Amino acid sequence: MAYALQQLINGISLGMIYGLIAVGYTMVYGIIGMINFAHGDVFMIGAFVALIALLLLQLGGVMDGTAAILLMLLASVAVTALYGWTVERVAYRPLRGSFRLAPLISAIGLSIVLQNYVQVSQGARVKPVEAVLRGGVEVFREGDFAVQLSYMQMLIIGTTLAALAAFTILVTRTPLGRAMRACEQDRKMAALLGIDTDRTISLTFVIGAALAAVAGTMYLLRYGVIDFYIGFLAGVKAFTAAVLGGIGSLPGAVLGGLLIGLIETFWSAYFSVQYKDVAAFSILVLTLIFLPTGLLGRQEVEKV
Amino acid sequence: MIPAAALRDAGLAALVALGLFAPLVGLRTDVSPTGGLFLRTRWADVAIVCGIVFLGRLVLSLWLGQRGLRPSTGPGPWTARLERAGAFVAPVLLGLAVVLPFIPGIGRYELDIGILVLTYVMLGWGLNIVVGLAGLLDLGYVAFYAIGAYSYALLAQYFGLSFWVCLPLAGILAAFWGVLLGFPVLRLRGDYLAIVTLAFGEIIRVVLINWVGLTGGPNGIGGIPRPSFFGLPFSMEGGPGTFAGFFGLEPSPTHRVIFLYYLILGLALLTNWVTIRLRRQPLGRAWEALREDEIACRALGINVTTTKLSAFALGAMFGGFAGAFFATRQAFVSPESFTFIESAIILAIVVLGGLGSQVGVAIAALVMIGGFELFRDLDEWRMLVFGGAMVAIMVLRPRGLVGTRTPTVALGKKRAISGDLVSEGHG
Repeated sequence: MAYALQQLINGISLGMIYGLIAVGYTMVYGIIGMINFAHGDVFMIGAFVALIALLLLQLGGVMDGTAAILLMLLASVAVTALYGWTVERVAYRPLRGSFRLAPLISAIGLSIVLQNYVQVSQGARVKPVEAVLRGGVEVFREGDFAVQLSYMQMLIIGTTLAALAAFTILVTRTPLGRAMRACEQDRKMAALLGIDTDRTISLTFVIGAALAAVAGTMYLLRYGVIDFYIGFLAGVKAFTAAVLGGIGSLPGAVLGGLLIGLIETFWSAYFSVQYKDVAAFSILVLTLIFLPTGLLGRQEVEKV
Repeated sequence: MIPAAALRDAGLAALVALGLFAPLVGLRTDVSPTGGLFLRTRWADVAIVCGIVFLGRLVLSLWLGQRGLRPSTGPGPWTARLERAGAFVAPVLLGLAVVLPFIPGIGRYELDIGILVLTYVMLGWGLNIVVGLAGLLDLGYVAFYAIGAYSYALLAQYFGLSFWVCLPLAGILAAFWGVLLGFPVLRLRGDYLAIVTLAFGEIIRVVLINWVGLTGGPNGIGGIPRPSFFGLPFSMEGGPGTFAGFFGLEPSPTHRVIFLYYLILGLALLTNWVTIRLRRQPLGRAWEALREDEIACRALGINVTTTKLSAFALGAMFGGFAGAFFATRQAFVSPESFTFIESAIILAIVVLGGLGSQVGVAIAALVMIGGFELFRDLDEWRMLVFGGAMVAIMVLRPRGLVGTRTPTVALGKKRAISGDLVSEGHG
């Protein structure tokens, strides 16, 4: 029981990170109807910028936990958002209105570019960092086994919820959010009504990248090691999460992220660590057989 | 005189570049001997990169300004030129491929590259059946390549079967797996299909890594037997039972390379031939109809289930053949060779060549894989250039290198049509 509770806590904190990345996928999919294959690598860049910011802060003598984490987040979000904008500008905007596979291939190409750019500029070795935040509270005790909720996990869950709340307000309450939803429904009509669709799509990529930067920072703080390759697996998992929740649905992305995180954690805890990816993907396949548009996805009505 | 707008534009681009590159290029994290991390600054590199971006953007906007706007409809000048050249490209390429081993100056290294390129041509043609003809987006094609390679490796290791027995078996097993993957994804469309096929590729790879008892795990399987020439092995002894001895030749390691080269050429041409033949038959036409409009397909009484499954099975079968060839050529297989990036490269070859165009796939494989080998000296920059080339080709020619298609059926005279008129499918 206590062991399961501990896994639940671990699973939720991992799932939150996936959920944050998945939101970026699902948002881009909603607005331009295609997979942003470079998103996982944008997440990786977010983690790297956070690492560099952390080292700069240590040089500057700022070692205090909260302030350091806040500054890292800010730096990472700012730079990564710029990367998100560039990705859209380089690989997607020239192919707007082109057929569906062209942007997919240019995005895969850009994903290769980003990965190898970081490998060349930052080196291929894994980067270990010391934990910024230590300790935790004991939630529950059963015999010898104490269920721990670490400060790190609290931070991840808190930050993710805050980011998602800010994002939800942005989408539902602001003019930009309205423009985004309009573009999602009908881009041509939105353009006719005076919405700058190019700008809206750019901002969608920027916001998605900002959320990925938050996820990247959390990943760095939680695991303490990053390399140029982390984007691929995290990206595939987050994309799986977005599809599982129903691609295009924002609550679905978070739900899918949590589910993937929980499946992975519980499978590793009770069965085998090696096959955790297989478990996550198998659940995805099974879900899609019975719900071809994911858990919360809308059924596509096809007109002839 | 440079217009002020172009200058301002280039300045902005340089500013963005500064924002992008200052943190990641300007500050390098290095692991110190004590295990901690420290930062090294490289501001000069950042300045150089920003300068390049400034100049590049300036030249680009001046050039675009000079050229003016082009009408968006109608084929560009390139398409017309390629169309005229297109009639000769395929026979010339084929002729070159056939005589390549006998051209003076072609050594073992060049032949090895030829084998590599032809392997990708074959994989591209195999995937073209699934993506180009049937319009089903498959991001896990490498799984069938892996199944073919491991089928041969395992059958040879555990049962001692020879290459020529295993080649068809590898194809059949891969086709079987293609159908197995096809069943659950019959109802899925578009990106749902893409992620499930990607997941399938990853599942196969993870299983290959972790099932150490059977597959040897990350260490792979070594000592895979080489193919024989109708029962005559290629060996250096030169006895009467060997290839060299039987034909009275001087034993040379090049014989096997040449044989492997012709083997993969034959396999690739077989793939091409089957595809071309099938396009003229009901099954191939059903694939293309499915790609153009699935609902109309159903309305006309085409069995969508068998059409989709046969596309998956046939594409997978050729992937399996290529895999068995890969295993016998390398004499070693490990899960490392079957990562997602391979699937992405094969898909990129199909799309860059022009979906559904057989010659286009061959040219794209030659450009991408051959070009990749040319830039061998670039070391770690090589993949960077490779990815950049993918983006550049797509942005410049979104419909692929070959922009025309030959319709399967035509009213009256058969003409090449623009690739824009061909649908890409929803699946």
